[in-house]
Amino acid sequence: MSDPSGLNVSDLRFAYSGDGFRVHVPRLELAAGKALALAGPSGAGKSTLLRLLTGLLTPTSGQVCLGSAQIDAMSREERRAFRLKEIGLVFQDFALLDYLTVTENILLPHQFREGSADASVRLRMQDLTQRLHIDRYLDKKVSQLSQGERQRVAVARALVHEPRFVFADEPTASLDPARGRIVVDMLLEDARRRGACLVMVTHDPNMLPMFDQTLRMEDLASS
Amino acid sequence: MSASFHLAARYVLRHRFQSALLAGALGLVFALPLCLRVLIDHAQQELRARAAATPQIVGTRGSALDLMMTALYFKRENLIPLPFGALAELRSNRSASAIPLHIRFQAQGAPIVGTELEYFTFRGLHLAAGKQLGRLGDCVVGARLAKQRGLQPGGHVFSSPEQAFDMAGVYPLKMHVTGVLAPNGTPDDEAIFVDVKTAWLIEGRSHGHDDLKEDKSVVLKQEEGNIVGNAAVRMFNEVTDANIASFHFHGDIATYPISAVILLPNNAKAEALLAGQFARSKDKQLIRPQDEMEALLSQLVRLEGFAASALLLTATAALFVTALVFALSFRLRQREFATLEDVGVSRRSLISVKVLEILIVGLAAVFIGLLLLSFASVAAPHLLRMAL
Repeated sequence: MSDPSGLNVSDLRFAYSGDGFRVHVPRLELAAGKALALAGPSGAGKSTLLRLLTGLLTPTSGQVCLGSAQIDAMSREERRAFRLKEIGLVFQDFALLDYLTVTENILLPHQFREGSADASVRLRMQDLTQRLHIDRYLDKKVSQLSQGERQRVAVARALVHEPRFVFADEPTASLDPARGRIVVDMLLEDARRRGACLVMVTHDPNMLPMFDQTLRMEDLASS
Repeated sequence: MSASFHLAARYVLRHRFQSALLAGALGLVFALPLCLRVLIDHAQQELRARAAATPQIVGTRGSALDLMMTALYFKRENLIPLPFGALAELRSNRSASAIPLHIRFQAQGAPIVGTELEYFTFRGLHLAAGKQLGRLGDCVVGARLAKQRGLQPGGHVFSSPEQAFDMAGVYPLKMHVTGVLAPNGTPDDEAIFVDVKTAWLIEGRSHGHDDLKEDKSVVLKQEEGNIVGNAAVRMFNEVTDANIASFHFHGDIATYPISAVILLPNNAKAEALLAGQFARSKDKQLIRPQDEMEALLSQLVRLEGFAASALLLTATAALFVTALVFALSFRLRQREFATLEDVGVSRRSLISVKVLEILIVGLAAVFIGLLLLSFASVAAPHLLRMAL
């Protein structure tokens, strides 16, 4: 029985034009408050699937529903608006703006959505940055931070507006195991507490038991 | 909008030097035609005012423009001199007042204007300090020049030799400053005024020296009552109480040179009659500065048109270059905009960011342009003074 407020994918197909690479997900369900790990070797299509689930790529066929929103049926602008409001994204390359401070980067999507950041959002930002140990750098330009610190800024940016869906593409890749663990714990705790869906790409097999579900890309290939 | 503005402003601030350079270049290009207009307007106003205040000028036949520039702006245009006798002729007419002008010498770059006291009344020049010209060798200094050189009544100023190595040329005369004029914003502020006789003294038409009757050692020869001195005769380069009696003129004063005569006709009829009278003259000319100035300004306006067209083309080219700079900048930042798109920022907001960046630089350019324009307005009188 699928959760109407969770993530539901059915018969999702995608192929890059002129490329043999294909992704096919017959069925995927993730209830609200649950976490899914996308695992598999490099080049297996984890990031492509993540981009399909967030509407950054349009599937060749099939359905992707995030709650009641069928994202594959939306226009480009509708998908953008949906991402801005309902999705928190942690990119592999962090996707931060070097000329902005840590605070400005974290609050940027919120500002584009709401116009300004109210006190509650700022409080949440402070809480997140404290937990991620980057609260000392709030007024620093992100260009002055290390890779690990930048990655944690990207995590804070994805969570600050309390999205219903959080997608993270290898958010621990630039972190040492201890800090990686803190970040994953926080992503899981945040999703479970708020009843949000978390989908995370990871290479680390030690982390898989922490997730409610695991989707191995190699299994998809054989399906 | 506020997020777009915030992002645009942060980007411009982060690249403040490049943005300021771009805004400065744009501001300069767009302010230049306006600055040129301001300068030309001011120049026209000043030139017209000075010309309109001078009804007629008489000089020897030749370039009317040179005559006007000499009489109004004390330019040494190497005019063929007018004999001083012409002044008496003009005065005998009684239909106009006549003021002589002798403009040939300088004192360290400042023109020495030989004239009569009537000139000061005609131009409305008042003394700010000291007293008027009293005797040979006295001078009255314009306000700006006095300030620049620190000249005060009781001081002195030397006339400059025309050629540094011409031993037979004009000797410097030490002139006594008797007064300083109040400023009036015209070329009179930067001139040294002397009596026309003092100008002739500088020219060597008159001189003072030791009494040859008292010192036989400086006598070269004596014939028919004339005493001719030798090279040991001491010539005076300053007029003092002790030597003023020894100064004397040689030859007929009516043949002494002056540069021009300012004519102040009694009425319009006299003005027309004088113009008609000089139209027939073969060796003299009478000009109406207002007409000459209008002719000169009409040429300048034509030139301004060319300059404005050239500047407009430059501005258009600058606009294209700026558009290219922004296009290249946005192209280089494609990844940044793609990131914002991925996060969910709308296409409209992204366009706003780009437009606002252009607007911020554009506004900075307008601000710089206005600064330049105000500078041009303030500096116009000084620039004009330097040009003239």
